[in-house]
Amino acid sequence: MIHVDKLTKFYGDFCAVDHISLDVRKGEIIGLLGPNGAGKTTTLKMLTGFFPPTDGEIRVMDRSISENPLEIKQMMGYLPESSPFYKDMLVYDYLMYVARMRGIPSSERHARLKYLSGLCSLSAIMHKSIGDLSKGLNQRVGLAHAMMGDPEILVLDEPTQGLDPNQIVEIRGLIKKIGQEKTVIFSTHILSEAEATCDRVVIINQGKIVADGKMEDIRENAGKGAVLHITIANAEFESARLKLESIDGVASVSLVEKTDDGLISVTLDCPNDADPREAVYLKIKSTDWILLNFNRKKEALESVFHDLTRNSVN
Amino acid sequence: MRQFPHILKKEFADYFVSPIAYIVIAIFLIVTGWFFFSTFFLYNQASMRNFFTLLPIIFSFVIPAVCMRLFSEETHQGSYELLMTLPVTHADVVIGKFSAAVVFCCAMLIPTLAYPASISFLGSMDWGPVIGGYIGAILLAGAFSAISLFASSLTDNQIIAFIIGAAVCITLTLINQMLFFVPSVVLSVISYIGTGVHFENISKGIIDSRDIVYFASVIFIFLYGTYISLLYKE
Repeated sequence: MIHVDKLTKFYGDFCAVDHISLDVRKGEIIGLLGPNGAGKTTTLKMLTGFFPPTDGEIRVMDRSISENPLEIKQMMGYLPESSPFYKDMLVYDYLMYVARMRGIPSSERHARLKYLSGLCSLSAIMHKSIGDLSKGLNQRVGLAHAMMGDPEILVLDEPTQGLDPNQIVEIRGLIKKIGQEKTVIFSTHILSEAEATCDRVVIINQGKIVADGKMEDIRENAGKGAVLHITIANAEFESARLKLESIDGVASVSLVEKTDDGLISVTLDCPNDADPREAVYLKIKSTDWILLNFNRKKEALESVFHDLTRNSVN
Repeated sequence: MRQFPHILKKEFADYFVSPIAYIVIAIFLIVTGWFFFSTFFLYNQASMRNFFTLLPIIFSFVIPAVCMRLFSEETHQGSYELLMTLPVTHADVVIGKFSAAVVFCCAMLIPTLAYPASISFLGSMDWGPVIGGYIGAILLAGAFSAISLFASSLTDNQIIAFIIGAAVCITLTLINQMLFFVPSVVLSVISYIGTGVHFENISKGIIDSRDIVYFASVIFIFLYGTYISLLYKE
């Protein structure tokens, strides 16, 4: 559907996007993740044809964006960061204007508007001026704006930025709903959002792709397995360490906390696919330790992200 | 080139959604009305000549004020990005906004038709110069709109856009009065550049192709400049 080849963008001497190559299939929801200033917005702006790349090529449905900009803009819906609309216009007038600009015939405009106002719950605010809307409502108008031409590809730049938790859930739901039929590419720096919404995640740092794939695959490729947290009483750390480290599937044991009343909390690092919970339990059962807490956590997304974006700096 | 009528319509409606249109039209009518009629009865002539003599100076301030927001506001608010990711060409945008400004200037001139209408009751009026004057006024409005649009495309600050636009328009208007500063070698070139002579010819009722070509070239040059400036933004 979209083929991006060695996309590069320089702002003066500064390289914002550095040889990014990416293939997007039809019907995928892709999350573009990265720290601030990683090049997400620049990449999206080039994808939508707002400005041309310094180097590299973007092809959408086998047509080059530099040669057929109009045709490709017609296929794309775009929601820029913070939805900067004409503040003096009424929501209805604005959406009608977009419908005309998108070349929707006059007989179909009303039906389209009605459909979108239902999808994005805009019916109650159609008569309001855009400048008076709250952030969340503004964002919904933005989604309607992006969806107006029934685009094959939807590009959303930080669609949930500045929204309250309820609105975030609402917008995410909307993206998922849209993503059932369309290709959606959106950027975010909220990791849980990408995990909750995307089929595939592309992590960008300093203009380069540092990871690309399903969230679980990225997690696994990061070489991080699970971690067991244990809190026990009536035990010495040294002896506990020796005992626990002898278990198959436990790579190392480290002390997290030791309290005055004799409680120790330890973490057990386990390699990728190992799950030594049963063995650990049996080992503890064979001693006179008192088990107070026992849980298994997969490596947090944040730390995977942190490692990926930090490693590439070094 | 099929989207520019939509842009024209939107930009034109925008003027009347906000108070800008009413304020600008009111100021324009008060200023022209006052300057024109304060001396009208002294001359004791049923002609619009004084009105058209005043017009270039007044337009030099009013039109940059009308056009300053056309691009500056869009780039400042960021809505320029929304506009350019719709299926439009740069030429659509430039021509759409330019024609909105010209149509607005025509709307501003319409109430002044009351002047020749009322003057014609007072004495026998020569309609040739009046019709020529209005045609000239529209051409002048086109030229100044193109200049101001170009100024607006250069910056995202409306005040700066206004100052640049007004400075260029004033220079073109007054340059014919300052010809004694100009060395004789370039005199003919400089005097051709000024809008004054060309507008005066038309407003006398003389429609000369050279004057039409002059206005057409000013419009073309500055619209093309705007187009280049938009491309350069990328």
